[in-house]
Amino acid sequence: MADTLKLELVSPERLLLSEQVEMVLVPGTEGVFGVLPQHAPTLSTLKPGFVEVYQAGAVKERFFVTGGFAEVTPTTCTVLVDEAIPQSNLTTAYTAERLAKAKARLDQATTDDERAKAQAGFAAAELLSQASTTVH
Amino acid sequence: MPSLKEFRVRIASVQSTKKITSAMKMVAASKLRRAQEAAEAARPYAERMERMLGNLAAAAAGRAGSLPMLAGTGKDDVHLVVVMTANRGLCGGFNSNIIRSARNLVKELLDKGKTVKILAVGRKGRDNLRRDFRELVGDSFTEFGRKTVVFAEASEVAERITTMFNAGEFDVATMIYARFKSAVTQIVTRQQIIPFPVPANENSESAMVYDYEPSDQEILAELLPRNLAIQVFRAMLENGASFYGSQMAAMDSATRNAGEMINKLTLRYNRQRQAMITKELIEIISGAEAV
Repeated sequence: MADTLKLELVSPERLLLSEQVEMVLVPGTEGVFGVLPQHAPTLSTLKPGFVEVYQAGAVKERFFVTGGFAEVTPTTCTVLVDEAIPQSNLTTAYTAERLAKAKARLDQATTDDERAKAQAGFAAAELLSQASTTVH
Repeated sequence: MPSLKEFRVRIASVQSTKKITSAMKMVAASKLRRAQEAAEAARPYAERMERMLGNLAAAAAGRAGSLPMLAGTGKDDVHLVVVMTANRGLCGGFNSNIIRSARNLVKELLDKGKTVKILAVGRKGRDNLRRDFRELVGDSFTEFGRKTVVFAEASEVAERITTMFNAGEFDVATMIYARFKSAVTQIVTRQQIIPFPVPANENSESAMVYDYEPSDQEILAELLPRNLAIQVFRAMLENGASFYGSQMAAMDSATRNAGEMINKLTLRYNRQRQAMITKELIEIISGAEAV
């Protein structure tokens, strides 16, 4: 039995990560779930949060994702994300700027539809800014 | 016969044109490389998205309450034609090929008595189609691809299409763009995006039974608009690469033509100069003989 699984992290613009890992934590819409080798085949949507890559029993890398999909098979885990930011790129300045932008968009929203989208973006940005201050 | 000075002026002007076109060719070549890289980098996502969608659609197929984006609205009356062109010209037949294909499609559909709406992505397509079908051209997008096309720009277009579809403004959407085959060959392609034709999935893996979180219908409902954005993104990237390929070829032949023209002009210039020298010599000699 293989003790690693292949993780692929893909954003529309490029393939971000493709490697053998021990475990991945994926922020599913219905709760964060861990994926180990031999996981049951699953398709799930994602909510904003962190994808955590485990290597040798510890977190090796963390990516902030804004949403997307995960496809899990016993040997692979494919995560399709809208946007993924490696944790090393998360600086307080960056998240503050993002938060401000999201806030501005929320204030400008006129229709319900726009407001809902802006609200989602704002929530993601808020989560991001909390994460950047607590994790470091 | 123009004077020698006129020749010199013309040669100089063709020379500077040649300099410009050859510079544009270089720029297009380097941008082409970048656009090609971007198109290639986007491929993994699209492939995996397609696989997921194939799995899901196979599971959801034949079930009641299938989503209209996949199954269609059941009508075929109003067509949306998404025409993708470039914002700029100087690229050979690139824009006009796409526009011609779009025009033919629109005419075909109108002849069949359908209602047609046009969504123009790219300034050239918008301006040209407005001339013929002023009342059909609805929205247009022209602010994209400053460097390379980024996903946010494509998803803006896709969002507009989704909104229109959900509001029941059309039944079928077709996208027209130039598929990039090589730097010299671009193929104008019509692709139906709504309802989305699900790729047949022969992969043995698809036999796997998945757990769905939340439900397969909900995932599908999220996946479809996303897939639309991906399709649009891909088309825009391909179009971008095609544009630069086409521009490179056009500028290459323009440079070559300018070179030929300079040679011809130089030849005529030299002949004329020689003729004048000979004429002057004859005048001097016959003058001397007369004395």
